[in-house]
Amino acid sequence: MRELGIKNIDELYADVPEKYRLRKPLKLPEAMSEFEVKRHVESLLSKNRSCDGMPVFLGAGCWPHYVPAVVKEIVQRSELLTAYTPYQPEISQGMLQILFEYQSMICELANMEVSNCSMYDWASALGEAARMATRKTGRNEILIPKIIHPERAATLQAYTKPAGITINRITYDKESGQICLDDLKKKISHKTAAVYIENPSYFGFIESQVDEISNITHGHNSLLVAGVDPTSLGILKPPGDYGADIVIGEAQPLGNAMNFGGPLLGIMACKDDMNLIRQMPGRIIGLTTTQDGSRQGFCMTLQTREQHIRREKATSNICSNEALCAVASAVYMTLLGPEGFRELGETVMYRANYAMRRLSKLRGIRTPVFNSPHFKEFTVNFDKTGLSVKQVSEKLLQRNVHGGKDLSEEFPEFGQTALYCVTEIHSKEEISRLVEALSEILEER
Amino acid sequence: MFKQASWDEPVVFNLGRKGRRGHLPPKTENEVTQTVDDISKLLPTNMRRKNPPMLPELSEVEAVRHFVRLSEMNYGVDSGLYPLGSCTMKYSPKINEQLAALPLLGTLNPYQEESTIQGILEILYKLERWLAEITGIHEVCLHPAAGAHGELLGALIMRAYYKQKGEGEKRTEIIVPDSAHGTNPASAAMAGFNVVVVPSDDEGCVSLGALKAAVSEKTAGLMLTNPNTLGLFEKNIDEIARTIHAAGGLLYYDGANLNPLLCKARPGDMGFDIVHVNIHKTFSTPHGGGGPGAGPVGVSKELTQFLPVPRVTFDGKNYHLNYDRPNSIGKIRGFYGNTAVLLRAYAYILSLGREGLAEVAEVSVLNANYLMKKLKGIKGLELPYNGARPRKHECVISAKPLKTETGVSALNIAKRLLDYGFHSPTIYFPLIVEEAMMIEPTETFEKEELDRFAETMKRICAEAYATPDTVLKAPHNTAIGRLDEVKASHPKTMTLSWRMHQKKIKQKP
Repeated sequence: MRELGIKNIDELYADVPEKYRLRKPLKLPEAMSEFEVKRHVESLLSKNRSCDGMPVFLGAGCWPHYVPAVVKEIVQRSELLTAYTPYQPEISQGMLQILFEYQSMICELANMEVSNCSMYDWASALGEAARMATRKTGRNEILIPKIIHPERAATLQAYTKPAGITINRITYDKESGQICLDDLKKKISHKTAAVYIENPSYFGFIESQVDEISNITHGHNSLLVAGVDPTSLGILKPPGDYGADIVIGEAQPLGNAMNFGGPLLGIMACKDDMNLIRQMPGRIIGLTTTQDGSRQGFCMTLQTREQHIRREKATSNICSNEALCAVASAVYMTLLGPEGFRELGETVMYRANYAMRRLSKLRGIRTPVFNSPHFKEFTVNFDKTGLSVKQVSEKLLQRNVHGGKDLSEEFPEFGQTALYCVTEIHSKEEISRLVEALSEILEER
Repeated sequence: MFKQASWDEPVVFNLGRKGRRGHLPPKTENEVTQTVDDISKLLPTNMRRKNPPMLPELSEVEAVRHFVRLSEMNYGVDSGLYPLGSCTMKYSPKINEQLAALPLLGTLNPYQEESTIQGILEILYKLERWLAEITGIHEVCLHPAAGAHGELLGALIMRAYYKQKGEGEKRTEIIVPDSAHGTNPASAAMAGFNVVVVPSDDEGCVSLGALKAAVSEKTAGLMLTNPNTLGLFEKNIDEIARTIHAAGGLLYYDGANLNPLLCKARPGDMGFDIVHVNIHKTFSTPHGGGGPGAGPVGVSKELTQFLPVPRVTFDGKNYHLNYDRPNSIGKIRGFYGNTAVLLRAYAYILSLGREGLAEVAEVSVLNANYLMKKLKGIKGLELPYNGARPRKHECVISAKPLKTETGVSALNIAKRLLDYGFHSPTIYFPLIVEEAMMIEPTETFEKEELDRFAETMKRICAEAYATPDTVLKAPHNTAIGRLDEVKASHPKTMTLSWRMHQKKIKQKP
């Protein structure tokens, strides 16, 4: 203050009109000591119940998977944690190389050539992919499956409406849940920018007609956009194998805790096609050399797509992304390797199918609703039990088990159906607890 | 002098050896595999992965060493001054990291029954109330994942508002000042608006004349950062708000620069209808090398009906998630926001309290003005716009004289700063200042560190006159020398994944 020749910091606010200066204290809490803050927050969080204390069979876009200790350790390295976007690459090689490795490993999993270094989440990645496809093709319609996460569909709607994009839905086969190819053929046209499919679907089953869908889509010069759960890709055919042009998905399960739904980590990858790459949203890290050519290094690339350069003509407004979540995923993918992804995929699939098998033996319970192969989530129908999903869930909770997600309002056509999720963290004992609890509930009815 | 670690660390694909494992997922129990069919039967042949993904195969310790070495070639706020203007790179208190890492939060699924999530809902509900109080606005939604995401939400709310008023077709333009962040025009365009740019006046503030000329019945709103990117408080804010409102437009507050106003003045009181807050700037959550952040949006009473679903509500006893909002714009992402980031902000506000937050604002302004005073006298640098006016959280210095006299540009200074162990300021922004260096020290660096920074700037400018090559060829002490960014983006040499790299190697004769 002496240096500035002022007596009071208020002098530095002299240009703020007096009527806007706050002279009364705001209704905010009094300061607490570190210990008090810790005790307060912990006591609030302790009011919650979670899969830390009971088996929880919920996923639906935010899945419980084990986060290895190494991942937690690396993301707390303060050089990574407290850095900004790597605008100065020479002092940010660590973050840049890890993000490049993240992009590269996502490409390996999905069998694609290019990936950006993160989107906010799967839902917003879908919105961005739709806009990307319409820019690339000059068309304005997107076809999506009828069975899709309602929040993802709503986000797609919000992202695409202002751009004048029409979203149409393809029906499903009543028995298998698979995309109805006849309906797809009927709806696809020269206006269709992209066909979007999910694998596994929101209901957890595997869409097996991917090659046919790809052929129909490309036959109309439309783009195929595939949404994936990357934990399946150690065993499931990757979208690159069936000709997907753009791949999106949710990489939260690769080393990121659920955290009540955020932060998440949106995947965005595409083919090595300059016309697609130029339309890609978000930051992309590239491999380059020093100016003297002596060493390999990394920096942000193709920034002329981005808002800080292109402003209103940018491919997207995204700036801050989910870089640290991508770091977590890079570490996770490194730790697992190809064999780990195969084992993870198999364990999840075995356990989920085991749970389905056991549950389907209970009287009145039908699972899965569709006769297709299922990966880690599956539908459970309670219509014949005379109980609603809500009632079942309440009774389960009394037995310290948390049931699946209620689908009865989102998809009333399936009656009292819930979406259950089983991953590698659900042991045989936990699955048995669910089966026993449900069996008890059904008996006492 | 500073010397960053410089490991010759291979890309992860070149590490490890076939068959090595870094982590073993739980094994499937025998009873499970015996009960269900073999995986080859569960998964139809045509949907099975044929070739395993070409991921690296490392042991745990190799993986740890790799990522630790890489982290040593990175620089964060914990390493030293990181004065990126408009980015508010302040220290992130460690207790907040510990709280956000608690399994009590990490293991929560967003779709759990309300009775099992009362604690986290209470935290979110209270944080919404506090942010509303701090910004002087009616209601806050915590969903947006970043500032730009909040801007998009704000612009979508504008759309919904005019549609309801039957003016959807008419209100097609959003005005942004020429000093605005790039996200403002990009967000407005994403929401389907045309962007109208208004110039700044000689004082560096929005030109009232130009604004009045730009406003029309097509105007949906004005997106304004206040204090602006020059660090100047928009002194005519009253007149600006009147002009926009008189034309039937809405006033949008870009919260990137809220730090200097914390508990000192509120955008809501100035007439802003929509406000976003950058949690990762003002409320200290770490930037994580680019994210995750959080960009809550606050709105006036009239606009609350358009906020995304669900809203957290409180009936006096229990907290609920309310989806019954017919006029809502729907959703802009899955679930309810970057909760782990928001929890840190909750703890931050509790740690500081109202008086602490006001002190944050004051010290950030004091630091920026102190640094400006120290820098503006340095030969080669100049302070554009009225030097007598105090700045708020940041100041913009121009290296134009230095460039003219020595050939050393703002970029070169930025690179040379790295050699001295400082991160560089934001450069070449705002666009209205030539050779701009936008400097925001924040409140979390002490006078001694600011003095060291000013001294270093002075030394670099002196070097530019005496030995310009030292500066032109900087950095010398970082993990790597200056990178070829042109090559990185050229279609022929562009390498965006390891796979593309392998392809390029094969193509070479």
